[in-house]
Amino acid sequence: MEYIVIVIGAVLVNNIVLAQFLGLCPLFGVSSKISTAAGMGGAVLFVMTVASIVTYLLSNFLLEPFNLMYLQTITYILVISSLVQMVEIILKKVSPPLYQALGIFLPLMTTNCAILGVAILVFQQDLTLLQGVVFAIAHSIGFTLAIILLAGIREHMDLLDIPKGMKGNPIIMVTAGLLALAFMGFAGIV
Amino acid sequence: MNQAKNFTKGFVRENPVFILMLGLCPALGTTTSAFNGFGMGMATLFVVLMSNIVVSIFKDFIPNKVRIPSYIVIIASFVTITDLVMEAFMGALHAELGLFIPLIVVNCFVLGRAEAFASKNTLFSSVVDGVGMGLAFTMALTMLGASRELLGANAIFGLQLIEGDGMLVFILAPGAFIALGYLIALMNKLKKD
Repeated sequence: MEYIVIVIGAVLVNNIVLAQFLGLCPLFGVSSKISTAAGMGGAVLFVMTVASIVTYLLSNFLLEPFNLMYLQTITYILVISSLVQMVEIILKKVSPPLYQALGIFLPLMTTNCAILGVAILVFQQDLTLLQGVVFAIAHSIGFTLAIILLAGIREHMDLLDIPKGMKGNPIIMVTAGLLALAFMGFAGIV
Repeated sequence: MNQAKNFTKGFVRENPVFILMLGLCPALGTTTSAFNGFGMGMATLFVVLMSNIVVSIFKDFIPNKVRIPSYIVIIASFVTITDLVMEAFMGALHAELGLFIPLIVVNCFVLGRAEAFASKNTLFSSVVDGVGMGLAFTMALTMLGASRELLGANAIFGLQLIEGDGMLVFILAPGAFIALGYLIALMNKLKKD
């Protein structure tokens, strides 16, 4: 039951992008087509889950016992950037088309605040390892959901007649705002 | 490049938030009021200035291949300093900004200045660039915070202008996106003139 609450809370109620404002760069950068948006979601799912596990073990068995918590930010970011590098090498070998499609946004995942944010949240909320894993997976599903929804709307928006001053970024922002408004409707269900 | 131009470029023409769309997460996440936006901007200003200085000094010693990880470690050190200092001396603001203080380390705006400017320019230009860009970032966050506070709570910097509650939606998440959308449209207009 508690896992269901974590999942619904992370995906719908406290959506990482639309309610917590984490991971906005890929949200606006990779959301012009549904297929690349979904690829990005998959990559985030993998990195976020593994990063949460590694940082959980590091902070609980290394940093806290030795009173090194002030090194948290530095350690976490190093773990994440080496993981991203690893994903890059693996993807290049295993699936070159996806590697090509994600392009610059793959290395930029190091600076995706959603990943560092979730790793820190897992620690701050005192979750167990299993809860942390569910928490990370649920948050990356929420991320993927938001980015695919926005990509779908943007694909339609290309064909619409938008006022000149609002073309480009402004209208995307307002669209994301309306999407966030819709997600607010889920507030209170968990 | 002349230094005055270097200093002012961030305010409108290359504004990090409104034009370059960098550092959006803190820009939207912390600007529930003008003061919070200002505090977040100042914290980022310190980090970007210090990392610009260090990167600029060590630019000839950092091997090209590992420059991004090196920059990130430099930035992370200053973020840790900011985090601890703010926790000690500005408890209320630190609690309000919460997660977004450690997240300065992944603010693409800070890394962007290190990579695009400080790694190629002299120490003095990098200091000017850091202060100018940091102030521009602070200005953008304060503007966004002020407009959200004005619409959402009828107040500015905590000073109540009109009695009543205002449109609460602007304090909540959706209002952040919508307010930023209109501010970007406004900035695009200013940039053209």
